[in-house]
Amino acid sequence: MSKKQLMLGNDAVAQGLYDAGVCVASSYPGTPSTEVTETLAEFRDIYTEWAPNEKVAFEVAFGASLGGVRSFCAMKHVGLNVAADPLFTMSYTGVGAGLVVVVADDPGMHSSQNEQDSRHYAIASKVPMLEPSDSRECYEYAKAAFEISERFDTPVLLRLCTRVSHSQSLVETTGRGAVTPKMYARDLAKYVMMPGNAKRRHPIVENRTRALIEYAETSPLNSLELGECRELGIICSGTAYQYVREVLGEGASVLKLGLVNPLPEKLIRDFADAVDSLIVIEELDPVIENHVKTLGIECHGKDMFPLCDEFSQNLVARILDSAPHTGSMRTSTPTDIVAIDAPIPARPPVMCAGCPHRGMFYTLSKNKVRVFGDIGCYTLGAAAPLAAIDTTLCMGASVTTLHGYTHAQAFGDGDDVKTACVIGDSTFMHSGVTGLINTAYNGGASTVIILDNSITGMTGHQQNPTTGLDIHGDPAGKIDLEALCRAIGITRVRVVDPYNLAECEAAVTEETAADELSVIISRRPCALLKTVKAKPPLTVNAEKCVKCKACMKIGCPAISMTDDGAVIDDTLCVGCGVCAQLCKFGALEVQA
Amino acid sequence: MTTKNIMIVGVGGQGSLLASRVLGNLLLGEGFDVKVSEVHGMSQRGGSVVTYVRYGDKVYSPIVDEGQADFIISFEPLEAARWLSYLAPNGKIITNTQQVDPMPVITGAAQYPDDIVGKMRAAGADVDAFDALSVATQAGSGKAVNIALLGRASRYFEFSDGAWTNALESTVPPRFIEMNKKAFELGKNA
Ligand code: SF4
Ligand code: SF4
Repeated sequence: MSKKQLMLGNDAVAQGLYDAGVCVASSYPGTPSTEVTETLAEFRDIYTEWAPNEKVAFEVAFGASLGGVRSFCAMKHVGLNVAADPLFTMSYTGVGAGLVVVVADDPGMHSSQNEQDSRHYAIASKVPMLEPSDSRECYEYAKAAFEISERFDTPVLLRLCTRVSHSQSLVETTGRGAVTPKMYARDLAKYVMMPGNAKRRHPIVENRTRALIEYAETSPLNSLELGECRELGIICSGTAYQYVREVLGEGASVLKLGLVNPLPEKLIRDFADAVDSLIVIEELDPVIENHVKTLGIECHGKDMFPLCDEFSQNLVARILDSAPHTGSMRTSTPTDIVAIDAPIPARPPVMCAGCPHRGMFYTLSKNKVRVFGDIGCYTLGAAAPLAAIDTTLCMGASVTTLHGYTHAQAFGDGDDVKTACVIGDSTFMHSGVTGLINTAYNGGASTVIILDNSITGMTGHQQNPTTGLDIHGDPAGKIDLEALCRAIGITRVRVVDPYNLAECEAAVTEETAADELSVIISRRPCALLKTVKAKPPLTVNAEKCVKCKACMKIGCPAISMTDDGAVIDDTLCVGCGVCAQLCKFGALEVQA
Repeated sequence: MTTKNIMIVGVGGQGSLLASRVLGNLLLGEGFDVKVSEVHGMSQRGGSVVTYVRYGDKVYSPIVDEGQADFIISFEPLEAARWLSYLAPNGKIITNTQQVDPMPVITGAAQYPDDIVGKMRAAGADVDAFDALSVATQAGSGKAVNIALLGRASRYFEFSDGAWTNALESTVPPRFIEMNKKAFELGKNA
């Protein structure tokens, strides 16, 4: 039975994978890829899990594939950096049953630390990559990816981007087909990648690429759409296709590439022959453009279009302005209603009211500690007024950066500024623990603060190995952070409640002064968790308030200053009591 | 028909996702091709958020660009002003009047402009402003601001009451449906 519905791109991928018979999925959450796995987890007849990081997840999927079932894993673009190791050699071993990996890029960096283009990974590892341009294609391509994986004996990358992952459009679904697991086939020459075997596998990879190029020439994933306008031909893929059609309409001639690695040769030549001139329109790097030029075909691309940020219909329209087109462009008449007659203050994201990280960041900021940060909600601790973080690089880098920084102090003058690093519970499990082992092994004296809010926060509340719950919220194994740190050989391990500023103060001053490695676990569940009950909002006693603004230093969005003194927004305040500890005049009162 | 564009703008956490999904289901029910582009992740934490809803015979791009929005449905006046350049020449703004101070205003680094609605009108925008929070509270929950706004916006669309009700019923969880229907009605007649 087929059914037409509005679906988020990520949900459509999940439905496509499910209908294609996926049985095992393992992922680490990362915006914009997270919902694929969350939606898959709603199908209780398959196995899904959150893994501590992308490399682990990918290898779990590999094992399941060898074990004979279609398997899957999802990650954001930077996650593929972590999972690159298994990817490159899995290209050599190939798979058992089909294996599909979603990698979600984030042009425009809506929720990421860089704007890398994951198509380079497909090229470098020599595995096929598909790129859908809307939810319908998300569904279809997820299914096609499994077919290609099994037909060509390779893992397959399915590249998404924010605008595809997080846009809803119409999808027609068909339902789950029959699942017939394969038998595990022992094959040492194929799966034991020691030099002798790997040497024999490499030519197989090269032959496979040639076969895939053949496939690309006629695959329905690539479509040559010749319109009445032949002066100009556009080559594009993904969302860029949607912008091009929006601007140029049905009359334009477009070569739409759904298989973005490997790219076809003859198909591109045929298209080039059919049009007078070529423009490649692609977000981020000139991957298709370079390929076209390698074929000896002249084209425009990054000489016209930017390398940075995401595209839009206006951007495409503006740049193509002089190009011949048949589309009806609404964008060509810009409005004169542009701005109000006043500066508009920015509205950056902020740490939530009652965020458990706030008390610890306040303490670090007050003590002028130099803080090496990590990836998560708590990166917002770098924003004013707390401004408590000096660096944010990648997952797990807080612990290691601090260790290296400390060693640099032995050379040159250095200053006497105390140092520490902060890392969330999920990020610590992801790749912080290996850094901590390094510091412990090499006798470093870092102060490592684990901001344990008992959830993976930024990506929207996923469980992790420290929460004691699995992907379905059911009881699971629970990693004991204190015991883990002690097992590494660290004796100074202490737990503080970040809602208690005196406790934070004592821990930070004592541990940063200590001459050995110490771990402070700042523990308090995220205030947004459904299981966390808010306390009654605080009230301001206007008679006591002297407008000293001490309570404003923590940047709680629930507190503001008026001419009559501090005001607390009782729809936002969750009664954490941190502000009250800063008021020397007892003006902030806890309600009974 | 040419593609129509709606933007829903507000502050992360105000419920714009649900509003866009109600609209999506409404338009799907009316037989249109629909695309909805949402925001997830970092900016949801109290930052400025925008959701795009587009519908017509055939919709390509999932986003709305400058000068294209036929409607801007806004949860907060400053956010309506922020996206003003996205309004189409004959577009309409439907905005809640409830002010939510951004962090730079709270810390005193910036000033919240006064009389934003008046300033938007002075800039040439067609603005319908009302207190959606009171309407929502009257209906039973301040959280229903999103649906109260949709109720108000429904005046400017040509869809039947039944179509809106169906869209609400297929989107809103059953235990909140009565309250939301009330917020919709009150918003429409506010
Ligand atoms: S810290 Fe106390 S006295 Fe000072 S402004 Fe805040 S509420 Fe008023
Ligand atoms: S108690 Fe104070 S710091 Fe905590 S949420 Fe309320 S206003 Fe913010």
